[in-house]
Amino acid sequence: MDITYTILIPLIPLAVFLLLGIFSQKIKPAVSGVIGVAGLSTSALLSFYTAYQYFFVHGKVDGVYQAIVQKTTWMNFTDTLKIDMGVLIDPISIMMLIVVSVVSLMVHIYSRGYMKGDDGFTRFFAFLSLFSFSMFGLVLATNLFQIYIFWELVGVSSFLLIGYYYTKPSAVSAAKKAFIVTRFADLGFLIGILIIGFYTGTFDFETLNAVNHETGELVLNWASTSFMGLSVITWALILMFMGGAGKSAMFPLHIWLPDAMEGPTPVSALIHAATMVVAGVYLVARLFPMFYFVEDGYALNVVAYVGAFSSLFAAIIALTQTDIKRVLAFSTMSQIGYMMLALGVSKYEGHDGLGYMASMFHLFTHAMFKALLFLGAGSVIHAVHSNYLKDMGGLRKYMPITNITFLIAALAIAGFPLTSGFFSKDEILVAAFESNKLIYFSGVLVAGLTAFYMFRLYFGIFWGKDTKYKHAPHESPISMTLPLMILALISLFGGFIPFSKYVSADRAGFDAHLNYPLAAVAVSVGLIGIALAWVFYKKENNLAEKFSNAFGVFYKWTYDKFYIDEVYLFVTKKIIFNLIAAPIAWFDKKYVDGTMEGIGNKTVVISNKIKGMQSGKIQDYAFSFIAGVVILAMVFIYLWTN
Amino acid sequence: MIAGISIYEILTVTTILFFIGVYGFITRKNLISILMSVELILNASVINFVVINKYLYPDMLQGVFFSIFIIAVAAAETALAISIIINLYRQIASVEVKDTEIMKY
Repeated sequence: MDITYTILIPLIPLAVFLLLGIFSQKIKPAVSGVIGVAGLSTSALLSFYTAYQYFFVHGKVDGVYQAIVQKTTWMNFTDTLKIDMGVLIDPISIMMLIVVSVVSLMVHIYSRGYMKGDDGFTRFFAFLSLFSFSMFGLVLATNLFQIYIFWELVGVSSFLLIGYYYTKPSAVSAAKKAFIVTRFADLGFLIGILIIGFYTGTFDFETLNAVNHETGELVLNWASTSFMGLSVITWALILMFMGGAGKSAMFPLHIWLPDAMEGPTPVSALIHAATMVVAGVYLVARLFPMFYFVEDGYALNVVAYVGAFSSLFAAIIALTQTDIKRVLAFSTMSQIGYMMLALGVSKYEGHDGLGYMASMFHLFTHAMFKALLFLGAGSVIHAVHSNYLKDMGGLRKYMPITNITFLIAALAIAGFPLTSGFFSKDEILVAAFESNKLIYFSGVLVAGLTAFYMFRLYFGIFWGKDTKYKHAPHESPISMTLPLMILALISLFGGFIPFSKYVSADRAGFDAHLNYPLAAVAVSVGLIGIALAWVFYKKENNLAEKFSNAFGVFYKWTYDKFYIDEVYLFVTKKIIFNLIAAPIAWFDKKYVDGTMEGIGNKTVVISNKIKGMQSGKIQDYAFSFIAGVVILAMVFIYLWTN
Repeated sequence: MIAGISIYEILTVTTILFFIGVYGFITRKNLISILMSVELILNASVINFVVINKYLYPDMLQGVFFSIFIIAVAAAETALAISIIINLYRQIASVEVKDTEIMKY
């Protein structure tokens, strides 16, 4: 199967970015919107064509979906260690292509309505295209270095888009925060890549992940050096997971995600809900055989616990937030934690690899319904011009389409039966149940919390108190509601895709079945959450307030996000800046700079003193010359006469 | 041999003349005076040439010719120096040494 044409999938958005970026002053906003949508549509069509070709025309070879690689050498370090550039097509990259292209296309269409009349309209579409290019490149990368390059590119586009309203100080600081935190995490990623390159001599995913099916071990050999009781490869994997955790907002590197909501809402939907933030999950999935086989999956356990903790932690914070985008941001973090824990509890062969498949499935369904939630929230914000729940209420009468689609998305994320989230969440919980009971119970608890905060949000926006609006809100234009409807359809019926046949850890595919008892548990927990939200928020009452007062301190803690931001500030400002950086800076200024400047200053002083000798007057020189001659003459005369 | 005058007296005079020139060259502030001092130095050496030629090789004339050479060169040199000084005067309206320091460093 010739896959050279897939290179066009990232290159078309790149071309659109260059076109819109270079001629941003000349192109009319309406035209740039059309160009952006047209470029992304082409990429999306190509993605679907590739998926069709790969799964249905090319199909399985030797019972598994083979990875197809086409690449060219980019940099040659040694005979064995080289960096390639190319495209890698396998089930998960195809799945990601579909996710990215569909969500990106929806967001492009939506943005034409949402950003209408904005000064930087063309710039916005240029950045969206840059992001799409980077994300497609990340998905198609064939080796660690290539993925790292695009990894940083998505970071840059995220930075640019968070700081899109660059006249707003909060947006600027949020952009910086996102960039610095993820860069810090990427330092770990880079060190991990270098360790892998040094000890295994390759960056290629296919070489790294090759599994010997008879012995059930990695084909790859490496010098078994160990460091602090763990093999270096495990350390490398943990460091790379640190990079993934930074991008995917896992605890404790999640602090940038809530602030990133300063960006325009379509950006939050595309980058900070559906695509870029799952890059960490994708990275772990990409290296899954390594994570699983190296040292009995020690690094994978780290992934599982970090994921489980993050999902619980974020779900608790999401309960009390009042900015609707921040609720969704913490919900995103919680759901990504779900995907991470599913990967963490997964095994490799056949049906044991359920967690892997469930993680990818949840990535797919979550991208759809979370993008829908964000776009719905954007539609609401567009109508009432506020991010805060207190300014909303009773909107169902004004915005019927947004109401219905938001309800569908909320049901999907709460795991209501037969919606897409129900299937993926059920499989995650089954995988967790089979492997680790602690993580399973945490997962069930998160499912309940998710249902509760989601419906708190839903009732708070569309039901609840009848807010008197100064200007009656109205339904958004068709360009905004159309993507909502399409995404709602996918969120409703996406669960019926036989995902396990196509995507699995060993790429062979298997039949997944619903586990009815576990599904019943998850669904009933979810329904309890919805019911509680119904009681608290359906009609205006003071139950919720009483409840929060009863919890007192704990409520305050969650409202202030457990003071993680403050801890970071304390560590950076008080400890690193004041205790380490300031003394070093003082020493540097006083002694290092002092020595150098002292040498310079002394030279100037001395030269000022002796420069009188170079008066430029012939007479002075003649005087010195003659005086010298006279002195020499006297010396010689004295010597001769004695 | 010049009657009644030994070589030492003449050499004493030229030495005094030479050092007057050197002193003038070093201490004068006016470019014209400096030029005159240089002429004094040259004159002292010219007299030395003539006198020493006379006392060492009375029947030869190389020293005398050489002094004529020096006088010609000194004349050319003076003309050149005067033209430089006149040009300088047109530029800065002064022939004082202290006013010509602009290209010092």
